[in-house]
Amino acid sequence: MSTTEERPIGFGRLKRKEDARFIRGQGRYVDDVQLPGMLHGAVLRSPYAHARIVSIDVSAAQQHPKVHAVLTGRDLDGLGLAWMPTLSMDTQAVLATDKVRFQGQEVAFVIADDRYAARDALELIDVDYEPLPVVVNARRALDADAPVIRDDLEGKADNRIFDWEAGDRAATDAVFARADVVVSEEMLYPRVHPAPMETCGAVADYDAVEGSLTLWSTTQAPHAHRTLFALVARLPEQKIRVIAPDIGGGFGNKVGIYPGYVCAVVGSIVTGRPVKWMEDRSENLMATSFARDYVMRGSIAATRDGRILAVRVDVIADHGAFNATAQPTKYPAGFFHVFTGSYELEAAHCAVTGVYTNKAPGGVAYACSFRVTEAVYLVERMVDLLARELDADPAQLRLANLIRPDRFPYEAKTGWVYDSGDYETALRKALEMAGYEQLRAEQAERRERGELMGIGLGFFTEAVGAGPRKHMDILGLGMADAAELRVHPTGKAQLGISVQTQGQGHETTFAQIVAQELGIPPEDVEVVHGDTDRTPFGLGTYGSRSTPVSGAAAAVVARKVRDKARVVASAMLEVSADDLEWERGRWFVRGDPDQGATIQEIAMAAHGTVELPKGVEAGLDSETVYDPPNLTFPFGAYLCVVDVDPGTGKVTVRRFVAVDDCGTRINPIIIEGQVHGGLADGVGMALMELIAFDEDGNCLGGSLMDYLIPTALEVPDWETGFTVTPSPHHPIGAKGIGESATVGSPPAIVNAVVDALRPYGVRHVDMPCTPSRVWEAMQGRGAPPQ
Amino acid sequence: MQVTVSVNGEERAREIEPRLLLVHFLRDVLGLTGTHWGCDTSNCGTCVVLMDGRPVKSCTVLAASAAGHEITTVEGLERDGVLDPVQQGFHEEHGLQCGFCTPGMMLTARALLDENPNPSEAEIREAISGQICRCTGYATIVRSIRWAAEHPAAAGAAAETAGEAAP
Repeated sequence: MSTTEERPIGFGRLKRKEDARFIRGQGRYVDDVQLPGMLHGAVLRSPYAHARIVSIDVSAAQQHPKVHAVLTGRDLDGLGLAWMPTLSMDTQAVLATDKVRFQGQEVAFVIADDRYAARDALELIDVDYEPLPVVVNARRALDADAPVIRDDLEGKADNRIFDWEAGDRAATDAVFARADVVVSEEMLYPRVHPAPMETCGAVADYDAVEGSLTLWSTTQAPHAHRTLFALVARLPEQKIRVIAPDIGGGFGNKVGIYPGYVCAVVGSIVTGRPVKWMEDRSENLMATSFARDYVMRGSIAATRDGRILAVRVDVIADHGAFNATAQPTKYPAGFFHVFTGSYELEAAHCAVTGVYTNKAPGGVAYACSFRVTEAVYLVERMVDLLARELDADPAQLRLANLIRPDRFPYEAKTGWVYDSGDYETALRKALEMAGYEQLRAEQAERRERGELMGIGLGFFTEAVGAGPRKHMDILGLGMADAAELRVHPTGKAQLGISVQTQGQGHETTFAQIVAQELGIPPEDVEVVHGDTDRTPFGLGTYGSRSTPVSGAAAAVVARKVRDKARVVASAMLEVSADDLEWERGRWFVRGDPDQGATIQEIAMAAHGTVELPKGVEAGLDSETVYDPPNLTFPFGAYLCVVDVDPGTGKVTVRRFVAVDDCGTRINPIIIEGQVHGGLADGVGMALMELIAFDEDGNCLGGSLMDYLIPTALEVPDWETGFTVTPSPHHPIGAKGIGESATVGSPPAIVNAVVDALRPYGVRHVDMPCTPSRVWEAMQGRGAPPQ
Repeated sequence: MQVTVSVNGEERAREIEPRLLLVHFLRDVLGLTGTHWGCDTSNCGTCVVLMDGRPVKSCTVLAASAAGHEITTVEGLERDGVLDPVQQGFHEEHGLQCGFCTPGMMLTARALLDENPNPSEAEIREAISGQICRCTGYATIVRSIRWAAEHPAAAGAAAETAGEAAP
């Protein structure tokens, strides 16, 4: 069987299998699900950021001829469902009973014949609110006299969620005390939103006779959601089927369980009919999981000759009104303490305080790898500030301090063990691709002419692929993933996986993994996902964990099939299994290559009448649960070139060079696509996107008129490159790639903006570097207060 | 009220509420779910369809005002089992990931190529600038549309390499 670059058997540039339906408009998203008798739900949301609910009158809405039911918190309370557990072991109101705690919070749920009628009926609900003092500023939330947001929690008298630290405070203080140079900066990683093009929604279909629930939902983690619904709604788990059909982008927005999902389920139980709830864009931006909102103070210590010694950081983490971040239980600040980045340090320490504010809940989303995004931004900005202080070239400073290849596996000062890396090679490649020296020369010329050109670097080390189970769980569910491989008699295969594509192309790449291991064409491998009845249990897709965890499971299960095939082949060929050798797709007799059997022949025999050795069962089907021994640590070197208009402060990204290393490359087309998308996210976050609030807690980013996402005009044509440093512990050496560019690009862009503004003496501009902020920074006024 | 709209060359008469948006008429009434709905402010462009050959955001067109016009949706791009070169281009150049913005992007591309068969990169970017893609970073969409421009009669091989729907 021949393999070509165009049609690889295993790894390579295989065009996507799933495109066939999408280019024909035949994708099936949640809102495309139409069931007989289906009703439509709509959520009434709070106009206030903080208010006591005095009364709710739903009588007029109930009279609406097309309305079937109206649910309030009081109704849910009777079912024990007014509150639900969050992924961070807090509680969150499904429908508010006592008070509302952020603008856009869910207050009532109307179920009607169609989506227009449901919206009409919302207008008929009369809620009497008594406004309360609002706190939207994370620092202010810690003041002794700040209004207490979570008075529903027994004995809660402040807005503090947690105090957490990592690293060695005393050792870090000691290093800072003797350092030649210390640079500090305050920076905000502002609140942004993943805003996938498909908003969140669900169709719930409860069958009262069978006592079973089928839930189509926009979920990145169908199995975890099934378990949570079993626990929350107290339905038997074997009676719940969660179907995640095609998902129109996720980026972490579709990890959490939202009140609308629960209301749709209750609505179906109450009405006895299927209920669809699909939020609109404003609801998505205002109420579902945001990202970031980290108020950071970073310090970096170094010798005068440019050796970085230590990093220290203090963070106030704004989690909004409920602590609903989706992250491993033991990590209240996610993986933020990977902030030592890609550098060899003597000491490091971070302290993170989580707070409640009158803002929507969330925090871990938008391709952040459990907050590696914030960590990378902090350290990469600090390194640039250090370069400025030392009057050193930022590229040279990085080259001098990057962890050297012979130091891997490298144990960072906050406990992470980086699996593999060759950082210097990646950075040199990026510099070469960009023509760094020429760019600096051009910049000098332009500066002579009064033009503002900036060159920004960013180096990142990602930490992706959670578990291991023993260290990482979500609500007690260990972060492992299963795979189930069926090999049919004709040698065609079906792979069931527990992770959920939202556009990453799993139907192609997972088929390639099996193809690589079994030597069968990828089109012979059907990948089944997104249906808990048809796939094995696992934690789902987020934190770039599909390839590191589930991809590993796919390789392992294919190897189990190959091993079983060897036993069957030995029976077929009447030789000892020890005398068989594998070449792609075939077991043959050592020394007699003509004597052999292909995997297709073996599959038929395994289901046929060949006598198998004692204890060997027929068939080749196999399954596995993969518990990763460690995270994988992809890395990359990014370089951004910007031009700033001196008159308006408008930033234009002229070039972006990205060199990524995600270990073994399963499908370069898809890898490049993932990188491209993340780079556009980075441009959005660095220059445009912001969920802001006024002092009354009104959300100022609640529509796409206000929340600005890059279009084709705001981004350049990307220049991508790669190096390959396989993961030593992953079965095929692959690392995650889905979030690398989102994590790595914002600091490169901001570093470029600040570099462009050097003639103005600007040392920092908080994201997003909008024209007005940049212009104000040029006038020496700095950014307006948040 | 009764409306008759020509969709993908077929007259479709339905009794509707006067306020019904074209996007919901297509999706909920006709069951043509290839047209998507992604925002409520007419910014995202996932709902783009062609009205008399020109791209419109179907969330800002009343179904009633589409009466008497020819609407083309993504379902109407493939003809007699042969993909439009734009569809093939998106497959060839990885112009889609989650697929949600794809129908609107492809229809805008079709309208652009009908007007300008050989658009530059800048012209392509301008043409799709009213639409948002969250997955691709746009570069591969631009390449996809260029691919279609360079393969105006791509057809044939299309259905075969782009999947199972070959007749």
